[in-house]
Amino acid sequence: MLLSDTRYRSLTFQGIALLLLIVAIAYLSSNLIRNLEAAGLNISYEFLGNPSGYDINQTLIPYDSQSPHMRAAWVGILNTLLVSFLACATATIFGVVAGVLRLSNNWLISKLMAVYVEIFRNIPVLIWIIIIFTIMTAVLPGARSYLGEDPEAKMLLGMFAFTNRGIYVPAPIWGPGSMVVVVVFLASVVGVFAYRRYATKLLYATGKLLPTGWPSLLILIVPTVLMFFIMGRPITLDMPDPLANRFNLRGGLQIGAPLIALWFALAIYTGAFIAENVRAGIQAISRGQSEAAASLGLRPGRIMNLVILPQALRIIIPPLISNYLNITKNSSLAIAVGYADITATLGGITLNQTGRAIECVLLMMLFYLTISLAISAVMNVYNNSVKLKER
Amino acid sequence: MKKTVFFGALTVAGIAAGAASAATLDDVKARGTLNCGVTTGLVGFAAPDANGEWQGFDVAVCRAVAAAVLGDGSAVEFVPTTGKTRFTALASGEIDMLARNTTWTFSRDVDLKFEFTGVNYYDGQGFMIPKELGVSSAKDLDGATVCIQTGTTTELNLADFFRSNNIGYEPVPIETNAEAQQQYLAGACDVYTTDASGLAATRATFEAPGDHVILPEIISKEPLGPLVRHGDPEWGDIVRWTLNALIAAEELGISSTNIEELAAGTNNPEINRILGTEGTLGEMMGLDADWAKRAIAVGGNYGEIFAKNIGESTPIGLARGLNAQWTEGGLLYSPPFR
Repeated sequence: MLLSDTRYRSLTFQGIALLLLIVAIAYLSSNLIRNLEAAGLNISYEFLGNPSGYDINQTLIPYDSQSPHMRAAWVGILNTLLVSFLACATATIFGVVAGVLRLSNNWLISKLMAVYVEIFRNIPVLIWIIIIFTIMTAVLPGARSYLGEDPEAKMLLGMFAFTNRGIYVPAPIWGPGSMVVVVVFLASVVGVFAYRRYATKLLYATGKLLPTGWPSLLILIVPTVLMFFIMGRPITLDMPDPLANRFNLRGGLQIGAPLIALWFALAIYTGAFIAENVRAGIQAISRGQSEAAASLGLRPGRIMNLVILPQALRIIIPPLISNYLNITKNSSLAIAVGYADITATLGGITLNQTGRAIECVLLMMLFYLTISLAISAVMNVYNNSVKLKER
Repeated sequence: MKKTVFFGALTVAGIAAGAASAATLDDVKARGTLNCGVTTGLVGFAAPDANGEWQGFDVAVCRAVAAAVLGDGSAVEFVPTTGKTRFTALASGEIDMLARNTTWTFSRDVDLKFEFTGVNYYDGQGFMIPKELGVSSAKDLDGATVCIQTGTTTELNLADFFRSNNIGYEPVPIETNAEAQQQYLAGACDVYTTDASGLAATRATFEAPGDHVILPEIISKEPLGPLVRHGDPEWGDIVRWTLNALIAAEELGISSTNIEELAAGTNNPEINRILGTEGTLGEMMGLDADWAKRAIAVGGNYGEIFAKNIGESTPIGLARGLNAQWTEGGLLYSPPFR
């Protein structure tokens, strides 16, 4: 019998449990579908093709109120990805700097970093978003004070305006021939990496140390600048114009206050968690490693960069992945400050205007699941490349 | 044997789950309170006063229905809803009726499967702007930043208005009226747009209401009214005729002060039918004969409710305008009680 034979017993129980689970899920979903029908809520995604009818303030792709709901959803998805990417990058910088400095021998610096970590990670991120947004709207001058022939507030360098609606910066205009400059720039970036690789190789092979700082900078800048002038300056700047409109600055690139508040709040909040991960990773490396490196004559900065951090990374990366996932999911708090992410467009305005709550929420779940799994997958590839390789 | 019990249990659970809807009236009576969805706070329409009691124009409709059905105008559980949560709350049965400055539109009525039971306030969307900007027409708003409550019809009207006038704007989506007020006062947006009544109510709470003007353009029709779910016409009738009773009461001169006197019997058969001394109108709806008398007694007739909450003697100071009785050039017109 399946139950009395020890070889199959556990398999039998697992099989029964699985069967029960399937029955339970099937029952719950059929119940859901029946109740939805009884309430007159049929699931349909046709509304995604209808004109949305509303406008969005910050879009990365062309969009107007005649675009379909699907496009509004895309605007939201791209905005979510934008703020998540910016916040992940910034949080990593904050986290690594704060984590390393918290272990510093300098009493003041290490205590300051401890204060940063404890304050920021112990207050909910929604409150940080609102605090930063409120400070921005209350402290920065209104957009109108930059307007007119003789404005109250002067733009920084005549280019940058910091208003309570966001920051206005010059926008590049890509004229004909500008692609050549961009290609040259990208090639220079590749060139820098190639040069550094060559320098390392040379160092290991011959012990000859090439300078890397100024040649890298040279490779990066000179060809691009030369090409810029050869092509007849194809890239020009579109400055924020204080005279074109009576309400707002026109032209240039506006980085909206909601984006800044959300980005900064997510970065500084999650940065505090990452700082603790980094500290844990570093402290997990045996002291013998740094002492051994010091006895070889390495300076403290190099010990950190060449000996400690590479080993610490394999401890830091796994929790870092969950912090990235948290940033992506926490970005759904965007609506608190009116940033048009996927939760605000598809899960907010579209949901409201069409009343298709179940459909919209299902789509949002699908999106967040997909993006979280994608981030996990990418980060796991990186984790595999830094984890301890047993030879 | 065990299998039978299992499937038996499944069937019972299935039936129980299926029979959740229908007869709202019975549910309300069994519960003893009316769950009424209102705004999260818009002074004059629905907001808790200093004692925590909900007061306002929409609240009065809830109280009238509760008085008609349960005999007690205070047997109401007020459920604050945002523009976003209101329809889900109603569709899911969390609330029995919604009285929340909700605009009656085709798609809400037909596609979202709600039943609008009448109009208690004829409104239109307007714009408020600081006086110092010197704007006198909404057509001069090209390039302005506009604060707007998301999930409302005003969001769509705004897009339509600017598109049809071929001018641009930047929307700032806001969740609640309170947030909008804060953003507007901080200058994060130049203009605040919502129903003109809401603008007046918001402006009344400012420190210096005189520094802000409401532009003359009214860019949409916003008939605001209470609504209920599709599928329970009897309950819809109760809410509809309670509202009509309040409107008819004003037309016929029934007020909270003279209602007891009139309830003793008058020469006017329509008053008698409303107040239940003649005919069986209450019985036809599944209520008793005094339903309308209680509904009117709790907060007065439509005119009294209007004057007390949003009328010209209140800080909100709205004129009757379109919301006057049809006999006085307004749009309020209750079908006959007969």
